[in-house]
Amino acid sequence: MHMYNIGRYILFLGALFKNRESFRTYATLTLDECILVGINSIVLVSLVSVFMGAVSTLQTAYNIVSPFIPDSVIGLIMRNLTILELAPTITAIIFAGKVGSSIASNLGTMQITEQIDALEVMGINSVSYLVLPKILATLIMYPLLVILAGCLAIGGGYLAAEWGGVLSATDFFIGLKRRFNEFSVYFALIKSFVFAFLVSSISAYMGYYTQGGALEVGQASTRAVTISCICILLGDFILAQLLLVS
Amino acid sequence: MIEVRGLSKSFGDKKVLQNISGVFERGRTNLIIGASGSGKSVLLKNIVGLLVPDLGKVLYNGRNFVGANRDTKIEIRREIGMLFQGGALFDSLNVEQNVKFPLDVLTKMPEDEKLDRVNFCLKRVSLENTNKRMPSEISGGMKKRVGIARAIVNNSKYLFCDEPNSGLDPQTSIQIDRLLQEITHEYQITTLIVTHDMNSVMEIGEYILFICNSRKLWEGLNQHIIHSGVEELDNFVFANKMMRKFKELTN
Repeated sequence: MHMYNIGRYILFLGALFKNRESFRTYATLTLDECILVGINSIVLVSLVSVFMGAVSTLQTAYNIVSPFIPDSVIGLIMRNLTILELAPTITAIIFAGKVGSSIASNLGTMQITEQIDALEVMGINSVSYLVLPKILATLIMYPLLVILAGCLAIGGGYLAAEWGGVLSATDFFIGLKRRFNEFSVYFALIKSFVFAFLVSSISAYMGYYTQGGALEVGQASTRAVTISCICILLGDFILAQLLLVS
Repeated sequence: MIEVRGLSKSFGDKKVLQNISGVFERGRTNLIIGASGSGKSVLLKNIVGLLVPDLGKVLYNGRNFVGANRDTKIEIRREIGMLFQGGALFDSLNVEQNVKFPLDVLTKMPEDEKLDRVNFCLKRVSLENTNKRMPSEISGGMKKRVGIARAIVNNSKYLFCDEPNSGLDPQTSIQIDRLLQEITHEYQITTLIVTHDMNSVMEIGEYILFICNSRKLWEGLNQHIIHSGVEELDNFVFANKMMRKFKELTN
């Protein structure tokens, strides 16, 4: 069954590029999807990022008890934690919950109400028409959301440090700038592209092949989020092993 | 004209269609009838290409659709209009955008020309001034009419309807039936309707194909249906008291 689904998923991805519509059609649809996928996620991603950064700073400070470790290390740990893991990966989990479930339920509803059949009967490749713009929009918007999440998490960390009185702003910024490796930013962006593709394509696949009624749409949506999250964590490990360790 | 030759379809071990053949002429309302689960919707899906038959041919004016190359399939599909059971209107688009959709995607028509065509089709189905309403804001009968307008907006040569009367009251059902028949005659299109509604059969059925237990058991004109001599068809046609009374009277 798993092999059947993997095979069908690969064929599904192949169908994205068959019998395409005009460039203009995709441009319009992708722009609409960018709003749904990206703009509508800004508030949630911002809120989560600020608190994630703030709590990470406080907990790092709480765990560093040795007087031999300078306070600025908190800023350094916070920066690396945010860029390498919190911004791309934790945001991806939240993104899978919000956007992934939305993609799956949207396509699932279209499937059970025969809207996808209506497109096929018109001679339109429904996979390409419906799914490609969602994947493109996610690939465009998710890395931007990751950049925003990273900035806001560091901002949240700074506010927590300042207001919580765990370290001075000067120490925080010294820590932020210390031993900065720009590859970590590239690594975060590579991860964001991979996660964006995984969330959008897996959720679209789950939604597209929904059969039954409202119950099955809900199940497809849950499955989309679960499998997306597992694939994100697996992808995270593989990318870290390939790009950071090897 | 659509011709179906020796069409068979199975799902696993279950044979859903066995050696079905029929000729659906242009300019007349062709009906596929049968009880629920008899395979009529599967037959329709095989004819429009939503399912691929295991055996047999589907010819659209002599062009075989089954096993045709991608270009031929697209060419044929773009001549097809289809009304789905629930209307299958796109939820995110309003009535006007739904009807205009095939023109937007399949043609390079100027925008004002598209709007003229949309308004003409909406008027044809008696839905003027509903352009900006969303599918969730209109009734079931109106959804069906929007579905018909969308199906004919691109000057379709073939019109397929999957149970166009399901969920509608008898009066609205008759209105939809008559509209389908008028459109069929007016534009000389090949119309194929899947139904189990006996009112439709008697009202608009010009050629009828009866399916029972995955096989074609009878085909002919609606005036011959009550004297078909096929037991299964009699059981289907005279299922309710009123029809049985009618049969007694005619006998």
